[in-house]
Amino acid sequence: MDGFPILSLMMAVPMAGAIACLYAGANTARWIALLATLVDLALGVLLWANFDQSGSAAQWQFQEYAPIFGRFAWALGIDGIALVLIMLTVFLMPICIGASWEAIQKRVGEYMAAFLFMEVLMIGVFTAQDIYLFYVMFEAGLIPMYLIIGIWGGADRIYASYKFFLYTLLGSVLMLIAMMWMVHEAGTTDIPTLMAYNFDPHVQIWLFLAFFASFAVKMPMWPVHTWLPDAHVQAPTAGSVILAGVLLKMGGYGFIRFSLPMFPEASAQLAWLVWGLSMVAVVYTSLVALVQTDMKKLIAYSSVAHMAIVTVGLFAFNQAGIEGAMMVMLGHGLVSGALFLCVGVIYDRLHTREISRYGGLSINMPKYAVLFLLFTMASVGLPGTSNFVGEFLALMGIYQASSWVALVCTTGIILGAAYMLYLYRRIAYGEQKNADAAAMPDLSMREMWLLAPIAAAVLWMGIYPESFLAPMRSDIRALEARIASAAPVGDSRIKMGPAVPKAEAHHGEDHSAMSHEKASGEAH
Amino acid sequence: MIDSASLLAVLPELVLTAGGLVLLLTAAFGGDGTARVVNWLSVLTLLVAGLMLPVSMEHGPLAFDGLVRADAFSIFAKALIYASAGAAILLAPRYFAAGGAVRPEYPVLILFSSVGMGMMVSAGDLLTLYVGLEMQSLAAYVLASFMRQDERSSEAGLKYFVLGSLASGILLYGTALLYGFTGSTSFDGIAVALGDGVGKGELFGMVFLLAGLAFKMSAVPFHMWTPDVYEGAPTPVTTFFGSAPKVAAMALTVRVAIEALGPAGLDWQQIVIFVALASIIFGAVAAIGQTNIKRLMAYSSINNVGFALIGLAAATPAGVAATMSYMAIYVVMTIGAFACILQMRDAQGRPVESIASLAGLSQSRKGLAAALGIFMFSMAGIPPLFGFWAKFLVFDAAVAAGLTALAAFGIAASVIGAFYYLKIIKTMYFDEPATAYEARGGAVENVILTACAVVIVVGYLLNPVLDQASAAAAASLF
Repeated sequence: MDGFPILSLMMAVPMAGAIACLYAGANTARWIALLATLVDLALGVLLWANFDQSGSAAQWQFQEYAPIFGRFAWALGIDGIALVLIMLTVFLMPICIGASWEAIQKRVGEYMAAFLFMEVLMIGVFTAQDIYLFYVMFEAGLIPMYLIIGIWGGADRIYASYKFFLYTLLGSVLMLIAMMWMVHEAGTTDIPTLMAYNFDPHVQIWLFLAFFASFAVKMPMWPVHTWLPDAHVQAPTAGSVILAGVLLKMGGYGFIRFSLPMFPEASAQLAWLVWGLSMVAVVYTSLVALVQTDMKKLIAYSSVAHMAIVTVGLFAFNQAGIEGAMMVMLGHGLVSGALFLCVGVIYDRLHTREISRYGGLSINMPKYAVLFLLFTMASVGLPGTSNFVGEFLALMGIYQASSWVALVCTTGIILGAAYMLYLYRRIAYGEQKNADAAAMPDLSMREMWLLAPIAAAVLWMGIYPESFLAPMRSDIRALEARIASAAPVGDSRIKMGPAVPKAEAHHGEDHSAMSHEKASGEAH
Repeated sequence: MIDSASLLAVLPELVLTAGGLVLLLTAAFGGDGTARVVNWLSVLTLLVAGLMLPVSMEHGPLAFDGLVRADAFSIFAKALIYASAGAAILLAPRYFAAGGAVRPEYPVLILFSSVGMGMMVSAGDLLTLYVGLEMQSLAAYVLASFMRQDERSSEAGLKYFVLGSLASGILLYGTALLYGFTGSTSFDGIAVALGDGVGKGELFGMVFLLAGLAFKMSAVPFHMWTPDVYEGAPTPVTTFFGSAPKVAAMALTVRVAIEALGPAGLDWQQIVIFVALASIIFGAVAAIGQTNIKRLMAYSSINNVGFALIGLAAATPAGVAATMSYMAIYVVMTIGAFACILQMRDAQGRPVESIASLAGLSQSRKGLAAALGIFMFSMAGIPPLFGFWAKFLVFDAAVAAGLTALAAFGIAASVIGAFYYLKIIKTMYFDEPATAYEARGGAVENVILTACAVVIVVGYLLNPVLDQASAAAAASLF
């Protein structure tokens, strides 16, 4: 793979597809889009296979550099963290195209072009090694998403599209000013160099806040999350999938790539802010989710709660927390995407998102009910599914930093079980009180093909998370080392036992016992 | 004494003057029938004048004992001015054909105006400055009222004339004060006199001078004429007003501020900061309620002048380079956007100006809607379009000069501006089709529009060239 510009190719394929889609008829456009995203998935698999995960490997791999833009360069390169997020993107994209196969009937070519362009930009965000290139990719995503929500969205789409656009734009512009200051100070636009540069701790606070404004909106964190429910509800199904699945992860990626390594002191000083907002988000948005009558809104609020677990994990300043945050991001990307697809499946049949219009679907749609149950359980964090691994690690990490934050955030899991199981009961169980809902046919072959791969990935990630943790491990270790000097002192006072040979086995037992306890607590 | 080197330095202006006079006579004797030929020959004249630009610089920057300067800065500005004047000529015939006769005076007036603008950006003395400015303005007053029978057009011309004369008066008063207190009209002389501290009289002169220039740039608080003139003037003329004279006025302001008033930097810097922020915020807020697209573009131009001035506020070579790059990118976006607006014609070929009539354009005229959408997103400063880079450069210069707070305020205010650009995109893409437009645009319009759109989309590849040219232009002022 030496010297082969695979990252550029991964962006060129959907770009070419997008241009072709603009000029193609409806059906051709669908096939072009599917083909382009599948080729990208294949390239992604190739990328993963060739990624050197050994401990001695270079941190940045597949680097490309072309100084063609004057003040900034086309500089690409990935580490393990970027790799897994790219994999998430290329994995979800063909599913999004498939989900729009029949649901989108007007202006198909433009729709597919917008999605493919979105894929280019998402891969660009995760691969950019030049800070301005990152900004361009990060910000450009607003254009296709604005059009997707505004053209193909629901009844209140125009309000939602404006809100999405202006909220995220206002968040990001201040980050740009901070970037300019940093580049003048450090004299380089190269992200890896900036990650190692020590900025003056007093200035770090301002820089951190400027970046925080952008990533907190993108994440989204309470109280700037209000654009998300609107955008999710109004966006078409595939738009919600990509929004929840990948776009929200850009916020978390931003924290892990910029805020933590570039401003470690400020991150530590302002950790209380992040913790506080996250605690409010976990409890408050979970309670809000509990009373929703609109399925998509419920899942949107649950996203905010899950993302709060990500932020506490990231600001735990230890490896467990950061690994957990990454795993929650991946798991949530899959699970919330799948849940939006599940909503889309029944929305396509009955054209309503009102929970009360459904009921007893397990009778007439058994296959659907099984898959929906799996994703519900994954969202709750049942052991054996992807989210368990992430949430457990993240909470374990934050416990070392602050036991109070851990206590409050863990209630999110209980509340999560409450609103998700309540949702599932109202949709799949109970009487079939609506005749039209009772007459809906079960999953079609196409829908099975959309949900089955996600189900497989969710279980894979839950049963053998090592595949996903391994590529990130050394990068997260490096990050931990970078922020270690600034890390706040924890209040949990964990005492490590003496290093007797049996300790390892004992630890393993403990781990499974705890998870068992947790699982039984949630299942009932 | 006039030597040949001085004459060579003003070669582009000589070409334009000679060409303009010959074409004027052609028009006078040949009548309206010659309009087509005169149109193309005017563009050719501009092209030849543009080719003379490198020649004019060869003989040192100073000509006519310092009255005129032919340096990299004036070349940069003139290239932009000639290009946008050429586009304004090319875009016109179809519009005038629909509203009456195509007249050959239009391109000739633009040529004379270009001579004036050339003198403005080359000025090395307050007298040259004033003569150039008046020459440009006189032609512009006539152009604004070019459609004599149209009430709005005559009104626009009259308003422009009355307010323009007032501004010229203010400017002249400023030059008189500066001359009186510094004893010189040459930029260098003034700079030397200001070097020993800024007196009260000099300060007053400077304020009046800047006020007059702010009027020409249509910067807040001297912007009042802009919306009315933009709306009333025939659309090709509005295209012209929005591009070439803006560049000339901005370049002139930059030159005066740096070359003549350079030693008083701290004094004018605060004026420029105020004018910049006020223009950004006022232009953005006032544009939100507009229903006429030409009026909206007027407020948008006020908004954009504010951004360009942020580069000048930095008062560094990087800042000047950023301002000039901003104008270059802005001109491309403006001409492209007006090429789209010129195509807003109903089924009978009559021009339409209401924003509401754009509804559903993305379904009836896909390409046109996409182009206008690109220009709007670009003006809003959204990457990856080139308009983002323009804003990036001025803010970067401000941050480098230590004006971080100004940059933060300015960029936050740009979000207000994004709102009204989004409104146009929303109308074109989200609303159901309303007015049926003419099925196809003219060939010339489409070529210009496509060229502008391509520049805006792949503009980043031009960065090395633009960086080099604007840096050279800025370096010649310091």
